Amino acid sequence: MIKFRNVTKHYPRSGTALADASFHIRKAEFAFLTGPSGAGKTTVLRLVHMETAPTEGEVIISRFSSTRIRRREIPQLRRSVGFVFQDFRLLERFTAAENISFALQVTGANRSAIRSKVMRLLGHVGLASRASAYPAELSGGERQRVAIARALATDPLVLLADEPTGNLDERASLGVFELFKQLNALGTAVILATHDATLLRRHPETRVLELEGGRLVYDSGSDAPRPSHGDSSIFQLVRDGPPMQSGAKEGSAIERGGPAP
Amino acid sequence: MRPFREALLSLVRRPVLAALSVTAIGLSLFILGLFGLTAHNISKALAAVEEKVEIVAYLRDEIDEAQLRLVRSEIGAFPEVESVEYVSKTEALYNASRELAEFSDVFPDVEVNPLPASLEVRLLPGRRDPQTVGTVAARISGYEFIDEVRFGREWVNRIHTLRRIAGGTALIVGGSFALVAMLLVGTTVRMSIHARSTEIAIMENVGATAGFIQRPFLAEGLISGLAGGALALALTFAAYRLLDRAVMAVLWLPDLWIAAGIVGGGVLGMLSAGRSVRRELKGLYAI
Ligand SMILES: Nc1ncnc2c1ncn2[C@@H]1O[C@H](COP(=O)(O)OP(=O)(O)O)[C@@H](O)[C@H]1O
Ligand SMILES: [Mg+2]
Repeated sequence: MIKFRNVTKHYPRSGTALADASFHIRKAEFAFLTGPSGAGKTTVLRLVHMETAPTEGEVIISRFSSTRIRRREIPQLRRSVGFVFQDFRLLERFTAAENISFALQVTGANRSAIRSKVMRLLGHVGLASRASAYPAELSGGERQRVAIARALATDPLVLLADEPTGNLDERASLGVFELFKQLNALGTAVILATHDATLLRRHPETRVLELEGGRLVYDSGSDAPRPSHGDSSIFQLVRDGPPMQSGAKEGSAIERGGPAP
Repeated sequence: MRPFREALLSLVRRPVLAALSVTAIGLSLFILGLFGLTAHNISKALAAVEEKVEIVAYLRDEIDEAQLRLVRSEIGAFPEVESVEYVSKTEALYNASRELAEFSDVFPDVEVNPLPASLEVRLLPGRRDPQTVGTVAARISGYEFIDEVRFGREWVNRIHTLRRIAGGTALIVGGSFALVAMLLVGTTVRMSIHARSTEIAIMENVGATAGFIQRPFLAEGLISGLAGGALALALTFAAYRLLDRAVMAVLWLPDLWIAAGIVGGGVLGMLSAGRSVRRELKGLYAI
């Protein structure tokens, strides 16, 4: 359903953000996108959301291809790809329910359908009782749930989440992560970008795509053997635990994630 | 309806700027309205005057029946000419004595009638402009038995000049106001777009169409323009009442002109908003 074919993305000033990446994510699959800060995770998500076009290669999302899509078709694509940000991006002057109905209104849902759908979505994310609360009155975890409900409003095939737990404490993180798992079980694919090693360690069975310096250094879903130079990869750490010596690079995922509880 | 509701909310949120935009559009259209009032009244006056514009060709006394008939029919055949009336010496004297009582005292006797017979030439409507009148008059004066040709050239010329000056002034002054109006409306709309950038980003994120995102801002321009048009109508009407009561009888504008003015305001507002929308939202769904 989501295919990257030899995708390279150059930015004019900062150079190569993604280099010759190929992978395939199936319908209703759950995948972690991991790697240290600057590895290219957000770039991958932005490519899926078609906020930016690949410099080379092709990105295919369901029936849309980055090489053929027209500008006026992009709204259609966006409705099948929900996006959740680290900083929630809710409208502060709207209540939780209004934030969700905003997404429904602007994508042309009919009025009578909106109310019941908003309540259903709030129920899905466990916030039925906070419908009329303003974002400022909600905890971080609750805000992220509202953002997730909003991303679900258009019944997307896939949810993209860019460090969705990055601003949350551990308990809230776990809750939000569990929510993604539940939504995935209901049939929505999820690509979750994170450098939170704890999260990865807790879910060793989940598909992992690991980026480093714009290269896809590991894909647990491919048959290819793990490259031998990837010793410092998160996946390795997930399997084997942190190294005894403090050899991890500055700013790498494992340092930010901290040791497993 | 949504675009208009959103647009009104935006305008209400920036009342001073919105009022300035509407006033600027209103003033530029008011100037156009004043010109319209002037032009309309001049046109009507001109039509009434032109109705009376005729070329009077005085005939020499020695012209005979046959020659008269020939001259009459030839002039009558000019493509610009509507009719040719013959006024005999007797009729001329009768007319003159009726209009001027003293005349009958001075020349009581038809036998010594000093007035010449004449041909009164009327031109077809639409051919009564100074230039045509001049050329036809020149052509008539070329006839052998025509003594002298008179026509109201001065008068006609002056009215036409007046209308041109009024038009030019209105165009320059109204145009400058329209320019200011466009800038103000454009700025208002640009500020509305900036004020809503978070919402716009979310709309793009969830897949609202570009048209859906842009429409409220165009509606904002349209509303400002229509409101400006209404303001201009009110101001023009006030000016008309004042003139009509205090200075001289004037005619009110035709409905079509009023409608055109208000629609013009709407178009002006939309165009200004369109410029801002194009510039500020050109990145919408650009990849
Ligand atoms: N819009 C952009 N313009 C220029 N460079 C960018 C842009 N977005 C990302 N980059 C660069 O691309 C690289 C990958 O960034 P990103 O995908 O944000 O990494 P991550 O999300 O893994 O931290 C970084 O070097 C970053 O500076
Ligand atoms: Mg990122």
